[in-house]
Amino acid sequence: MDRDHDELQTLPGSGPMLQAKDFKSDQMVRWCPGCGDFAILSAVQKVMPTLGIPKEKIVFVSGIGCSSRFPYYMNTFGFHSIHGRALTVATGVKCANPDLQVWVVTGDGDGLSIGGNHLLHALRRNVDVKVLLFNNRIYGLTKGQYSPTSELGKKTKSSPMGTIDVPLNPIAVALASEAGFVARAVDTDLAFLGEILTRAAKHKGSAFIEILQNCVVFNDGAWDPVASKDVRDDRMVRVAHGKPLIFGKNKEKGVRLNGLEPEVVTFDPAAPPRDLLMHDEKAPSATLATFLSRMGDPVAQGIFRAVERPTLHELMDGQIEQAKAAAPDLQKLLKGPETWTVAA
Amino acid sequence: MSDTSTQPKKSSAAPIEEIESAVIRFAGDSGDGIQLTGSQFTTATAFAGNDLATFPDYPAEIRAPIGTVAGVSGFQIQFSSHEVLTPGDAPDVLVAMNPAALKANGKDVKPGGVLIVNKDAFTPANLQKAGYEKDPLEDGSLSAWRVIPVELTRLTRGAVEDLGLTPAQSERCKNFFALGVMYWLYDRPLEATSRWIEGKFKKNPVFVEANTKALHAGHVYAESAELFGHHYRVRKAPITPGVYRNITGNEAAALGFVAASSASGLTLWYGSYPITPASDVLHELAKCKSFGVKTFQAEDEIAAIGSSIGASFAGMLAVTGTSGPGVALKTEAIGLAVMTELPLVILNVQRGGPSTGMPTKTEQSDLLQAVYGRNGDCPVPVLAAATPGDCFAMAYEACRLAVKYMTPVMLLTDGYLANGSEPWLVPDAAKLAKFGKPALLPLSEYKPYTRDPQTLARPWATPGAKGYEHRLGGLEKQDVTGTVSYDGENHDRMVRLRAEKVEKMAQDIPPTEVLGARKGKVLLVGWGGTYGSITAAVQNLQKRGAPVSAVHLRHLNPLPPDLGEILKGFDHVLVPELNMGQLIKVLRAKYLVPAAGFNKIKGQSFKVFEIEAAVDALLKGGKN
Repeated sequence: MDRDHDELQTLPGSGPMLQAKDFKSDQMVRWCPGCGDFAILSAVQKVMPTLGIPKEKIVFVSGIGCSSRFPYYMNTFGFHSIHGRALTVATGVKCANPDLQVWVVTGDGDGLSIGGNHLLHALRRNVDVKVLLFNNRIYGLTKGQYSPTSELGKKTKSSPMGTIDVPLNPIAVALASEAGFVARAVDTDLAFLGEILTRAAKHKGSAFIEILQNCVVFNDGAWDPVASKDVRDDRMVRVAHGKPLIFGKNKEKGVRLNGLEPEVVTFDPAAPPRDLLMHDEKAPSATLATFLSRMGDPVAQGIFRAVERPTLHELMDGQIEQAKAAAPDLQKLLKGPETWTVAA
Repeated sequence: MSDTSTQPKKSSAAPIEEIESAVIRFAGDSGDGIQLTGSQFTTATAFAGNDLATFPDYPAEIRAPIGTVAGVSGFQIQFSSHEVLTPGDAPDVLVAMNPAALKANGKDVKPGGVLIVNKDAFTPANLQKAGYEKDPLEDGSLSAWRVIPVELTRLTRGAVEDLGLTPAQSERCKNFFALGVMYWLYDRPLEATSRWIEGKFKKNPVFVEANTKALHAGHVYAESAELFGHHYRVRKAPITPGVYRNITGNEAAALGFVAASSASGLTLWYGSYPITPASDVLHELAKCKSFGVKTFQAEDEIAAIGSSIGASFAGMLAVTGTSGPGVALKTEAIGLAVMTELPLVILNVQRGGPSTGMPTKTEQSDLLQAVYGRNGDCPVPVLAAATPGDCFAMAYEACRLAVKYMTPVMLLTDGYLANGSEPWLVPDAAKLAKFGKPALLPLSEYKPYTRDPQTLARPWATPGAKGYEHRLGGLEKQDVTGTVSYDGENHDRMVRLRAEKVEKMAQDIPPTEVLGARKGKVLLVGWGGTYGSITAAVQNLQKRGAPVSAVHLRHLNPLPPDLGEILKGFDHVLVPELNMGQLIKVLRAKYLVPAAGFNKIKGQSFKVFEIEAAVDALLKGGKN
């Protein structure tokens, strides 16, 4: 996506032309200088005007943590809730008014630890909200304790001898929770992040995006082993629908199946082998997506799965419409199944 | 007695005795259909024109081991030709379907009362399961009561034997046989139950026939076997004319929420997680989809309230319902609703605590949790319903106040009210007082935390309102603008403003009614589901000339503005509560009154005589 491309977009119909700056609130952004969150905020503010949704119909909901300050910086409706509970609030907002576009901003601690249960259930219910999980593998706002995505053995303030908890894989969790749209992007790659955000916004139903994000203060270089400029082409593969898994600086590497395990093969970019693994984001089963989520070398990014099914609010409203076939009669309801009359 | 079912001695016309009131209890295994039997007797009694009150008592286990005391389910009803305020202190008649039911309930029956027992169930195995060493029907241990053994199982089988049912199916009709016996004893009509059976089993005509036959056979048997010598008639009670239904507290609360939604034009959201004894409210509301009601069975208590806060933010009339342990889990989110100043009703159908406590037993031990139980200075208005039918009015009022003052409101009921029932004068839907979302300030005057001077409520600008975009959250708010603020002066102002707003609600509380004189020796101050017991006791005491009055609080926070003056008019203030003394702490703190407590924590409501005795003791001991 061209950096300035979105500035030229107009809303469909006769609405005024909105720009990224229209989505900036008057509040000073209070993240640490150099925080990955700035880039994500910028990407989101750039995507918003391209969606054709008036800003009063957009709601950002968050929990607690550094990332959860996000709604204060968006000039839309916003709700900074309590730790881990953003998805519960977002579920109520979306079901109450399906006309709204609802985004949830959460982190690895907020979304996978204290709020883990809500993530599972919002995704399985297909609540039509877009979940941005900023994964920096650390608790930042409480000043540096390990998180549920911290690598095993990581030394932090609360684990001076190294963590003894195996980390969660957010993409695998989302897929196991029956999420319809599951993607991963990196905070430093704004153009690609913008593409993913746009696709998520247009997906009908739950969309889950894990954003690999750096914490300059408490976990600097969190994703450098796979996402820093010098190694990312060799350590990460972008999955694209209908395309083989090819990566490397010169597109000279690919992934193929060896039994039930991935195997990296190197080849002449002009003549890639035919047995490379092909991505299919529309596969009805989440098997391939789960396989990709489990790859460690290279690490997959992009859209793992994009399959639509009826959303929670559609099903809820559908039952209500069906029930309304019998005209509501409050007096009849108050009377209940049986009454008797006491004469004067 | 063995041949009486087949050879009635004569078509006897047993004499009818007029009585004012009666208390009966059905008891049996939780699979015996006891609750059903009780509710059918209730309907028949309502049709007979009596006033009544009921209370079911069921075990926490869905099917505890058959035949054990732990598995006994009970249903008690008091009916009268006068006003009935409670399900009654002690039964006149107990119907016990097995030895365990007798063991668990027999001692509650009035001395000289009647024990109707299913003799067929008194087998050595069942006696052992119930913990009887000897058969109580034969060892003389029941000599304080009149025991009427009935071969319920055998007689029921006989009544339905031509229908080709299995023995188990035949036996399952025995509760209707027992019901038939009781209908004869208290001269109740059979028609309503016959109609109910036809509706219930319409897909299985053979079951319609079997249950109807069992019902009639029981009725005929009671008459022809001359079990009782005479039967009873309770005349119609002088009841306000109108259309009535029987209603439980949970049903009434659910209807109150739907009515509030209708009267306000705000669509109802009910976020809940299953919990005893509140789940029936969810069940009732899930049936109300034609009214646009959105029920959401959340993954946990926190999601139940979180979704409700979200729905409220987006403009719905949001309610979350639970019991005490659930409120504990919702506590942080209640604080969020206080901070964001959004309308929300939290229904707590209280049960025995602490922790999991006694889920199916009643208690009033969550008052302090409701008033104080949050981090920070976090004021929440608290209302409490007094009777099953009052749950409707208070559910409605909680919604009205939440919207008017833009605040979460806690509504307390309890297991006794939730499952107990009473006849309820059906309100006229067209006459429900309207209320609604106040008009939004014009954008030029709007700030998220500008306040209405009358109520201190802030505006309810919901997503979709162009130009009103704003951000809410749990962090302290800058006065007026609602942006995040850590300023100490501002925090001090905001904490006080939130408290003042809740105090302002006192202007919506009607004048306090005093039962009896406004000055005197003893004032009983009660709240919640003990209304019936306290009122009945005070009426009895007043008949005896005792200088006793009573006040029953439905508003616990804020308290009624005239309460302080009323308290001053009495030498003694007695606060009966089903807890260790919670309202009494609130009263002492606010009014500095030397109130005395009367406390019971047995998972049951007060018996009327217990309160009378407590007042008598105070009057005797309190004389200077």
